[in-house]
Amino acid sequence: MNYFTDAVAWLLDPAHYPGPTGIPARLGEQLLFTVVTLVLASVIAIPVGFLIGHTGRGRGIAVATSGGLRAIPTLGLLTLVALWIGIGLGAPYVALTVLAIPPILAGAYTGFEAVNRATIDAARAVGMTELQIVRHVEIPLGLPLLIGGLRSATLQVVATATLAAYVADFGLGRFLFAGLKTNDYAQMLGGSILVILLALVLEGLFAGLQKLVVPRGVAVGRPPVDRKASTRRRPGMEPAITKGI
Amino acid sequence: MFTAKKGRLAAVAAVAVGAVVALAGCASSNPLGTGSNASSAPTTLVVGSQDYYSNEIIAEIYAQALESNGFTVDRQFRIGQREVYLPELKSGSIDVFPEYTGSLLQALDKAAAGGTSDAVHDQLVKALPSGLTALDKSDASDQNSWTATQAFVDTYKLTDLASLKNVTEPITVGGNSELETRPYGPTALKDKYGITIAGFVPVEDNGGPLTVKALVDNKIQLANIYTADPNIKSNNLVALSDPDGLFFPDNVVPIVSSKVDEKAAGVLNKISAAMTAADLVSLNAQSVNDKESADKIASAWLAQAKLF
Repeated sequence: MNYFTDAVAWLLDPAHYPGPTGIPARLGEQLLFTVVTLVLASVIAIPVGFLIGHTGRGRGIAVATSGGLRAIPTLGLLTLVALWIGIGLGAPYVALTVLAIPPILAGAYTGFEAVNRATIDAARAVGMTELQIVRHVEIPLGLPLLIGGLRSATLQVVATATLAAYVADFGLGRFLFAGLKTNDYAQMLGGSILVILLALVLEGLFAGLQKLVVPRGVAVGRPPVDRKASTRRRPGMEPAITKGI
Repeated sequence: MFTAKKGRLAAVAAVAVGAVVALAGCASSNPLGTGSNASSAPTTLVVGSQDYYSNEIIAEIYAQALESNGFTVDRQFRIGQREVYLPELKSGSIDVFPEYTGSLLQALDKAAAGGTSDAVHDQLVKALPSGLTALDKSDASDQNSWTATQAFVDTYKLTDLASLKNVTEPITVGGNSELETRPYGPTALKDKYGITIAGFVPVEDNGGPLTVKALVDNKIQLANIYTADPNIKSNNLVALSDPDGLFFPDNVVPIVSSKVDEKAAGVLNKISAAMTAADLVSLNAQSVNDKESADKIASAWLAQAKLF
């Protein structure tokens, strides 16, 4: 018996597709859960991160707090919140939002910090207000790092969102829990493969997005990344001019 | 030439190949297996337990009693659900396991007839594969049940599972995800009592605090809670009686391998004879309410029952 081929067979079985417990429905739930969690975490983390990044104040507290948040075991927090507000999606949303805040917060304030101080001084010198500096200088220039933070948060949330099934009939985690408890490893591995595929697709989207959001001026100013143009010299490939000297 | 593009392609390919190799490597053996420990000395008895605190307490009682009678015990507790440990038990890597007559019978023989606790024990003895024996059953039982709140029972004047027909609101049930496919699950409620279940909510804590809270919050109306659970009493819950035998009687019974000799069997039978249903509830209460450890609860019970 080979669990991997069994899992592929499980994934290809048309009986596992229709209805509210089918693979497309569960994939949709997992995606929906991930998106909602990211929105919740962003609403909290991005303004705070921008404020810290712009003023340079509270960075120590932010680092310590987000470090602390990262150390919280998600299942433990989920159980604790569920004991307080009851079963359903509320507790998983809280627990996963806590998981997603640190990388987004870090992305937001490091993005601002990475902006060249001279650029900001120049913006101030031409008479931009603080709000204009934030909106037209710091946010566009810091965006690639913020998207990087969102990307890392997405990856963590989409994989950990399987825990929603611990207290709710929701998401790809249902396949994992049901498979684990009934020795149905084909279902369990099939569910895991779906989580991995979803994570890879989202990762690909964010990789593309991260390239897109680099402001054109910044991209033009950067040296090209193509290695063919690198300065590394290979024997026999010296430019003709050096030879002539 | 090593261009950036080709390099990236090669990296992706390497990751993909690595992933396939890793998956294939773990594909053909039990991914949750911990390896066998078959070559232990003949006097060492391996005592196992389910991943269920109450079962662990009983296993600990067996282990301590066997130890004070001169046996060496290897504790393999909290193994998992029945699907996980049953193959280990059949293969002989576990020698003593506290089990529940009805549930084990249904796991071994899906077509089992059920009946009284004696009938179930007799059927279990016949259904066990060679090499495994069911010793005497105890009066203590820890049954699956469909449990509701007192308020829900009062509202619809419920007397037993059949009277769930009185309920006019949609009934949502909750429990571990494996409950959905168990022979006493939501489908069986429909088949045996004609009760339509509107939905199933997984709560993966074995009828623990999250399940109890879901019931009390009325997020679910029926939950699978074990009858020896002290939460039933402390939260004013009612395990609905089951006249048509949806659940089989689940008396505690030691399942043993051929390595368990007459002396050891005698020790375990004495425990089964001494343990009452009330004892089991109180053992569980010490764990749930007083947060005592299994070994303390076990030795206190053995001392109080004046065994060994």
